[in-house]
Amino acid sequence: MGSISVLLVGKVLPYLEQELDKRYNLFRGIDPSQRAAVLRDHASSIRAVVASSSGGPDAALIEALPKLEIVSSFSVGVDRIDLQKCKEKGVRVTNTPDVLTDEVADLTIGLILAVLRRICECDRYVRSGNWKKGDYKLTTKFSGKTLGILGLGRIGAAVAKRAEGFDCSICYYSRNEKPDSKYKYYPSVVELASNCDVLVVACPLTPETHHIINREVINALGPKGVLINIGRGKHVDEPELVSALLEGRLGGAGLDVFEKEPHVPEELFGLENVVLLPHVGSATVETRTAMADLVLDNLEAHFLGKPLLTPLV
Amino acid sequence: MAEEEKVELQQLKHENQDLPQVLVLGSPTCLQTLKQLYSHKFRFLIPNTSLDSLYPLTAPLSSISAVICSASFSITAPVLRLLPSLRLVVTTSAGTDHIDLNECGCRGIQVAGAGKLFSDEVADMAVGLLIDVMRRVSAADRFVRTICEAATWDFPLGYKISGKRIGIVGLGSIGMEVAKRLECFGCTILYHSKHKKSAVSYPFYNSVIDLAATSNALVLCCALNEETRHIVNREVMLALGKEGFIVNVGRGSLIDEKQLVKFLMDGEIGGAALDVFEDEPNVPKELLSMDNVVLTPHCAAFTSECIIKLCELVAGNIEASLSDKPLITQVKW
Repeated sequence: MGSISVLLVGKVLPYLEQELDKRYNLFRGIDPSQRAAVLRDHASSIRAVVASSSGGPDAALIEALPKLEIVSSFSVGVDRIDLQKCKEKGVRVTNTPDVLTDEVADLTIGLILAVLRRICECDRYVRSGNWKKGDYKLTTKFSGKTLGILGLGRIGAAVAKRAEGFDCSICYYSRNEKPDSKYKYYPSVVELASNCDVLVVACPLTPETHHIINREVINALGPKGVLINIGRGKHVDEPELVSALLEGRLGGAGLDVFEKEPHVPEELFGLENVVLLPHVGSATVETRTAMADLVLDNLEAHFLGKPLLTPLV
Repeated sequence: MAEEEKVELQQLKHENQDLPQVLVLGSPTCLQTLKQLYSHKFRFLIPNTSLDSLYPLTAPLSSISAVICSASFSITAPVLRLLPSLRLVVTTSAGTDHIDLNECGCRGIQVAGAGKLFSDEVADMAVGLLIDVMRRVSAADRFVRTICEAATWDFPLGYKISGKRIGIVGLGSIGMEVAKRLECFGCTILYHSKHKKSAVSYPFYNSVIDLAATSNALVLCCALNEETRHIVNREVMLALGKEGFIVNVGRGSLIDEKQLVKFLMDGEIGGAALDVFEDEPNVPKELLSMDNVVLTPHCAAFTSECIIKLCELVAGNIEASLSDKPLITQVKW
């Protein structure tokens, strides 16, 4: 398959890049000028695109690749890929569901505990020598609290399962109520926010869920409420979030994603009730390797005429 | 500080003179709340001399029948000798390694602890610390706050927690709560305890070395006593290995701290999350610059929610003792 041309448009695990290089004729097009050069010379030979959460083919790119057959994304979120365009052009799309569900759910609980129990702040307190001056203040208990989950898909359900081990009550909002679910359903995000202590954003990013966490929802969550975002930065109206935190209208936040990564609003740096992570939801050795293998296996299946493992389109 | 009384003070003109006196040692975190809630029931005496010295012996000390102490104040035989009328020691901690239980027993002094009050809080913290050290949460937060704007997010990968093998050292109330939480992460729970627990189905390991050899992480939840001092030593850490992690929410001396520092410096162990240390509040300086350690100031138990419950328990134990009723959370020796 060494003659099949593949274009890489998003940042991926080095292992994946190396394997793509070995198996295919790989073109790197992450950087815009790199991409322009590749398109100029090789657009008509590219049969596959490998995307990630940091970059995916939009309508323009898909149009520019007449021989494109498949987009394989090194992520579960595909908000960077124009799925509609892919459908129109008969381009297959695969992502990496399930292999990162546990990982992201683990980190979600870690974020909740880090915010409520001020673990990162405590660590700073010790490292700065402040413990010698006195004990750290009291923090907030997690066990027994009410967790609100926005989007009870694979990741949301995995978070709920873990939170049950902490005797949390679980409630959720979803596009449609899930009749088999034992958790309490709220028909709106504002109602969900009003009735929980910690709100976890775990839904896909779509035009409908853009800025689903807005001023109204943040105010409903309130001065003792905590927002945890492990979805996409654009789920949250970031300037509203920042002002709510600065004004004390929101109790705290644990954020793994931001509207314009890697940019993080500097106003958050001085706050002790926020935890800020560099989009590491799936960032473990084990999971990134599994994701890479899934991308490779999907591509191989496609070019051998076999069924795709994890097709979205 | 204005309301605190020096132990050396003579008779007080305070209207609470007739209330039972309770000596408070070691500045427990719950002290302010205790005073707010129970100053109508007890007269709290708080020495403003150094914690290490209660000399000279004065009249008020010799009539003290109840003491409240924190985990940071050692109730030793010499201290007990200063309190000849002492009938009750109430510690605000679950741990009792700072109390000479033998000496208390010989003198007919009852001891009460925090029992299972903090088990949820400490278990929550233990899981939070485990996730933090394996997924590099605190290191990542530091990274985001200090990285310059132009840089990309090139941050080292962490290790998966779900499905891993977690070895719990000490399957008491706290250990069981940790196990219950990590089971929901799909972890395999293994344990070492003084004795195998017949009611529990987790695999039991007679030695901590064997436990370490088969675990991805050790979570230390046991009491500190003569048998458990340095229970995590060089051999255990060798068995745990380069990708192994340790979480300590018990007592600092459960781990040979000097060896731990050496193992971390040599990269012979994956990382450690520590809420307790051998010589608090001192922390080995080598740890302060490491990214694969998480350091918290012995605060696993302390949430606002538990403080009121703790005060109720402390007061309840004192009242029980004063009315010759059984203590709520008596510590047997």
